[in-house]
Formats: sequence, C-alpha cells, structure tokens
Amino acid sequence: MTLLIGALTIGLILSMLALGVYITFRIFNFPDITTDGSITLGAAVTAVFLVNKVDPIVATGAGFVAGLLAGATTGILHTKFKINGLLSGILVMTALYSINLHVMGRSNIPLLTTRTLMTDAEQLWIKIMPGKEMVRIYGWEITAHDASVVCGALLLILVAALALYCFFRTDLGTAMRATGNNPQMIRALGVNVETMTILGLALANGLVALSGSLLAQYQGFADVQMGIGMVVWGLASVIIGEALTGSRSLGLTLIGAIMGSVLFRILVAIALQQGLNPNNLKLITAVFVFAALVLPQMARTLRFKKA
Amino acid sequence: MLELSNIHKTFNTGTPNEVRSLIDVSLQIKSGSFVVVLGTNGSGKSTLLNAVAGSFLVDSGHIKLDRKEITRWPEHKRAALIGRVFQNPFSGSAPDMSIAENLAMAARRGRSRDFRWALQPKLMRQFHDRIASLKMGLEDRLDNAIGSLSGGQRQALTLLMATWLKPKLLLLDEHTAALDPKSADQVIRLTEEVITKDRLTTLMVTHSMAQAVNFGDRIIMMHRGKILYDFQDAQKRRLRVDDLLARFEEVRRREQLDETAAVMLRANYV
Repeated sequence: MTLLIGALTIGLILSMLALGVYITFRIFNFPDITTDGSITLGAAVTAVFLVNKVDPIVATGAGFVAGLLAGATTGILHTKFKINGLLSGILVMTALYSINLHVMGRSNIPLLTTRTLMTDAEQLWIKIMPGKEMVRIYGWEITAHDASVVCGALLLILVAALALYCFFRTDLGTAMRATGNNPQMIRALGVNVETMTILGLALANGLVALSGSLLAQYQGFADVQMGIGMVVWGLASVIIGEALTGSRSLGLTLIGAIMGSVLFRILVAIALQQGLNPNNLKLITAVFVFAALVLPQMARTLRFKKA
Repeated sequence: MLELSNIHKTFNTGTPNEVRSLIDVSLQIKSGSFVVVLGTNGSGKSTLLNAVAGSFLVDSGHIKLDRKEITRWPEHKRAALIGRVFQNPFSGSAPDMSIAENLAMAARRGRSRDFRWALQPKLMRQFHDRIASLKMGLEDRLDNAIGSLSGGQRQALTLLMATWLKPKLLLLDEHTAALDPKSADQVIRLTEEVITKDRLTTLMVTHSMAQAVNFGDRIIMMHRGKILYDFQDAQKRRLRVDDLLARFEEVRRREQLDETAAVMLRANYV
C-alpha cells in the first residue's frame, strides 16, 4: 500500500511535467529537450532556498520562475537566433547541467531535515484532524504523512490544471494554441509568433521546473542527475493520457495527461516490485514511447492493405 | 489608400537562382476601390501581394497604407490594417480549433490579447448570426474543429475572419483557385457581397479572366515583375475576356520576338 501511495504521489507530482511536455510537444509541436535540465533546475533552486530557511512557498515559486527563464532562453535561441528547435533545447539543457551544479554548489542536496511544502502539509493535516496519526481507507492504514502529501499534491495539480485550462481559453491562450496549430494564420491576425513561442516555452518549462521542485521536496533531496530522460517520461504520460481520454477537447486532454502520468508511475512501481531491473527502466520507457508512436501508423497501413 | 512607390524585390540575390520578382513597381489605390491583379505564372503578382502583407521586406521603395509608412513594419504589425485570404484553404484557419475560436481570434486582429475569456457570449451570438447568413449550415457547428470542414467552407470562413474587423486593405491571393467550381462560385459571390457592403479597399490576385472581367473596378496586368497594363473605370468596364486574352497573346509574341531577335543578333554579331 505504501508503494502504491508513493507511486500515486510521484505520479501526481510528475503530471506537472506531463502538462509542460503537452504544451511543447502537442500544442507547439516543438520537441523541447530543455525539460531534462529545467526539471533539475526547479529542484536545485528550491533546495538551495529551503536549506537557507526560506519559506517553502517562496522556494517553490522561485523554482517555477527559474524554469520560466530556462524555457524563455530556449525560445529566444530558437526564434531570435534561428537555431533549430531541437538543438536550442539541447544547448540550454547542456548549459543547465553546469548551472545546476553551480546553483547547488555540489551534486546533491539532502532536504530530509529542512522544512518543505510536504512537512507543512503534514502539519496542516494534524492541525485539522488532531490525534489521527493513521487514517483508515477501505481497511488500509495510511500514515498522516502519506495522506497529507497525496492530498496536497492532488490539490496543487488540480489547481494548476484548472488555471492552465482557463488560460488556454483566454484571448492570449487561444492565440498561443493557434501559434502551434497554424503560425501563418495567426501571424496574419496580428500575433507575433516569436513572442508567443517564447512565452509558451517559458510556461511549459515553468511547469516542468515546478514538478522538479515538488519532486525534490517529496523525495527529500535534489540531485543533479535527476532530470535525465524526464522528457521521454513526460511524453509517455501524454501518450497514455491521449489513449485514455482522446485529444478532442482541451479539458479532457489536460486531465488525460494527469491520469497518464499517474497510471504510468503506478505501472512502473508494480513492474519494479515484480522484480524488474531498475537499470532497464529508461530503456523500457523509450521502447514504450517508440511503440506508441509507431503502432498506430502500422495499424493504419495494415488496415489500408486489407481494404 | 495604398501607395507603392518604386518597389524592388530580388530573391536569391547573387546566386544562379536569382529572380527579380518586382522591378520598380509603383501603384496607387484609392480607398474603396477593388483592384484585380492578373498575370502569367511568375509574373510577380503574388509577390506584390506578399510585399504589401509583409511576408518579406522589400529591397527598396516605399509602401504606405492609410497614411502610415509601413515599409519596415513586420507582418504581424501590418495585420492590424490588413485582412488576408490565402490561396490554400488550409492556410487561413487553425484546423484543430473550433469555428468559434477561429472567429474569436479574428475578432481581435491587430489588437492586444490578454486574459479575457476568448468566447464571450455576446461574440458567440454575433458569430452565430453572421455564419447563419452564409447559408452553409455551419451556425450549429460552432464548436466543431475547422479541420473537419470542406475547402470551400474553410475559405468562406477565412474571408469572414479577414473582414470581421473592417480592414484598411483586403488581400485575396487566388483565394478560389484551389476550390471546385461550385465552391469557387460561392466564395467569389460572398467576396463581392462583403466588399460591397463594407466598401473595402481590395487587392485580388486571380488566374480567372472571367473573375477579372466581372469583378472589381480596375485591372492590373503584370509580367516579369512589372505592371504592364492598368485598366480603370470606363476602360475596365468595356473590357471583355477576349480583350484580355489578346493582351496576353501580345505579350507572348513580343517575348518570342525578343528571343528570336536575341538569337539573330548573337548569330550575326557575337
């Protein structure tokens, strides 16, 4: 049960990553590799703030802002300097590795004894429901710590998803979606496509960094290596989400990305418990994304041949 | 009022593929006039339109629209003054977004975009009524993705989008060329209706002689980056398709003559 709750929490936290990847890959059609660096950046900035006894909310916000800046940098490289999108992301990601080391001052910052959003959530839980160290749900015992963290994460992601949904329904957000869908058209309607791309990449990487910031606070450390392969992880979540809810409506797609992230994390947790070698995890994730991208195509050709 | 003076544009300058697309083009278009641009392939008619729209910056010369010097303005800034419909029906709308959302974006052409809800109820009612007047049965499908519509429907909507806010200049780049005859007819009739109603200043590129003769109050014929003929008012009204064909034939003959002369001169003197 602890394993499942843990997987659920991490899945919820990483769904912010999935939302970020959804914005770049699906809305902008932009393969943004900055993700691998910005998730660590969010974790690193938050960790340093927390170790210096800054309020967790401020520290988390700082992580988000750092991600905004990282994404904007990729956007500027791509639009103002006309560097290929993939390469812009790789450049910023590579640079971020050194920057993250500088931010942290070393390769790993433990947060086990510092005050974090998670400890705050736990304390709030105890204040609201005093004397309940353990919670019973359908006969399962869950510690107040686990329960508070999972509820906090759920609340946060729901707020983030709702805010994102509302944003994409505004004049600005609608124009941003159109920028990815048909740049020629939106330019003819007076929107600066370059600015919009920079804004979109900033927003996406802000969410990714927020995910990293929360992840560091949950797992109790920030590590310079923690971002490796995260973009593929996010993409896998988005793909699972699309299989679950389809990609017709904006709201469903956002919910799908969250569900995809949680489901993927739980599947991984189960696989690991069944004795999957953790070293193979990234290989399997990559193969999964490959299969998800290729299989629909192959199914279509097969059907075409039959007809 | 659109004013072009001495516009030059060369593509791929200094390479073997160098193309002089616009050569010293000057043109004045009065407010409210509907100008049809004709020309052979590669004559520079689409380039002329794109130069005005700002798809690229011209090498030299000046472009003035609505008393503003827009020569150096980027495309998205010019969009505040210009409405556009492209040749490709897929170019003018965002396929994965709904009809209403596409129109909502057009309703803010050239204006600031902030955190206001895009699909305001008042706006939605206007969309519904205006689209109902197209008689295409689209008014009840406002939430459908535009990508699910036919080329003719998309082009009609793009025209609506381009003119939702009255533009100082409407640019139509062979906007019926990719449509089947029936849709093309529908779209061109809608075009005339919109232009007449709002008295829009219009520049329309077309391949169709019939369109050129039947619509607009001025015809410009382009060839090799230059304006060759300019028919206005009474002269334009008297013009028939045969007259236009004769002019094209004349151009073709002159060209042949030039080439024959060049061959002869080369044989005799080089």
